[in-house]
Amino acid sequence: MSATRGLQGLRRRGTAAVLHLALAGLAAATLLPLFAMVSASLMPSGESTMTPPPWLPSRVTFEHYRHLFTRLSLGRTLANSVLLAGSVTALSLLVNSMAGYAFAKLRFAGRDRLFRALLSAMVVPAQVAMLPLFLLLKQLGLVNTYLGVIVPGMASIFGIFLVRLYALSLPDELLDAARVDGASEWRIYRSVILPLCRPVLVTLGVFTFMGTWNDFMWPLVVLTDDRLYTLPVALANLMGEHVQDNELMMAGSVLTVLPVLVLFLALQRHYVEGITLGGVKE
Amino acid sequence: MTRESRAAWWFLAPSLTVIAVFFVLPVMGGLALSLTDFDIYALSDPASARLTWFDNYARLLADPVFWKALRNTLYFALLGGPLSVAASLAAALLLSSRAVWLKGLFRTVFFAPVVTTLVAVAVVWRSLYHPRFGLANQVLGWFGLGGIDWLGDPAWAMPAIIIMAIWKNFGYNMVIFMAGLGAIPESLYEAARIDGAGVWRQFRSITLPMLRPTTLFVSLITMIGYLQLFAEPYVMTRGGPLNATLSVALLMYEQGFRWWNMGFAAAVAFVLFALILAGTLLQLRLQKDRS
Repeated sequence: MSATRGLQGLRRRGTAAVLHLALAGLAAATLLPLFAMVSASLMPSGESTMTPPPWLPSRVTFEHYRHLFTRLSLGRTLANSVLLAGSVTALSLLVNSMAGYAFAKLRFAGRDRLFRALLSAMVVPAQVAMLPLFLLLKQLGLVNTYLGVIVPGMASIFGIFLVRLYALSLPDELLDAARVDGASEWRIYRSVILPLCRPVLVTLGVFTFMGTWNDFMWPLVVLTDDRLYTLPVALANLMGEHVQDNELMMAGSVLTVLPVLVLFLALQRHYVEGITLGGVKE
Repeated sequence: MTRESRAAWWFLAPSLTVIAVFFVLPVMGGLALSLTDFDIYALSDPASARLTWFDNYARLLADPVFWKALRNTLYFALLGGPLSVAASLAAALLLSSRAVWLKGLFRTVFFAPVVTTLVAVAVVWRSLYHPRFGLANQVLGWFGLGGIDWLGDPAWAMPAIIIMAIWKNFGYNMVIFMAGLGAIPESLYEAARIDGAGVWRQFRSITLPMLRPTTLFVSLITMIGYLQLFAEPYVMTRGGPLNATLSVALLMYEQGFRWWNMGFAAAVAFVLFALILAGTLLQLRLQKDRS
């Protein structure tokens, strides 16, 4: 921020040049793996594994992408990922916004104690619950179904925390006015709270969608049929059979990463806000 | 019960039910599971599992593979974690300078790896690390350095995963650091300059102390995340070579969902939990001491 301010004239210009050089170097290092991924995915078979490997394709080909969709039917996998991330996002927005609102604006006995208990439960890593959760879902017949991914992902303590934090800043007068007008609690939530919470819901939605899209361990455990695989699980599975086919693996990686990267570029402001919001409070 | 509190419980019911049934109950079940010899036979006939009390934990402590996994996980978290945080801080300091041009663009670029899918970038880095055609060795060559068998050499496999993790994650903490840097009052720097403090002195005496709460928070979430190391070794090395990248979470997965030694795996999961809890308490303690 101000570390370089106060230096005068030439020295300042010199500092700025060094600074930009460092930033450009860091940016190049950051983009290099992504660039290499895209570049190799467009190379003819075998080109990316030559010694030394070329940086750019000698000719651009989309054959590996075609291969993914035709012979490996990754179209279905892509649809699975969209379906699962989409439904978890929609359901978790509803479920977590209801709870966040209740914790922020409704008075009930034990509210603060319950909220603190939820927060402290965030220390428990998901892996601790995974083995019994698998056995439980097996009993319920949900192993190897879409619901096996959707249901446990519906509620998130972080989501409740985020919505509560935002809802706390809404003025109580609005709710009181609605109550005086005889609106039911559900109506207040639907017509007053939800519209006002739009910004935080967009943030939470982006978070949840990306989190579910990128999630690996649980879908790997609960989805055993390759017709139900999500992209990360399918990709890790392809790794076993097609590891020699480097261009194909890179095309699969592009297919997996591209949707979330585009979503991020479109909505990055909301995403970054969520991080700083979560960070500031702690 | 008042109308308001009745409404509140209705609003809470869906999320609390899901959390209770699909999280709290399994966590408690996990503790119970870790005290049994639940295995592949019990999967079809749960009644065949026997209560063996602390047998799993005793076996765990006597198992050199478990100790290896524990050492690897701590190596990753205690070396990779601080390096990640340092990289984030460095990037945030560079980006927060007033003189920076195209700040938004740089921030987007640095943040991009954070949103990418871990499995996909692990696949990409596995190829970058290939001893023959990988670009990593080509880049080393520019600096006149010899090639490394990144993922094939037990001494280099974990550092290779750490480098990738830093690349993947530094943008996340960078954003938090930038928010922290933005909250430091400008007047402190002005006063320091009047007193003749140089850039380094200002950094040490103002920036670092003012950032302490942010640094602790960032270190905490990074450490919690890093102790759960799983997808990187699963995709890149399968825990090898010679178990050099086997992590506690990967050991749990292999034992629980590959060999179906679920009782034993549950004990591994609780060790992971204990590790994270100990780390969290330590960090919170530090936070309290310093403030």
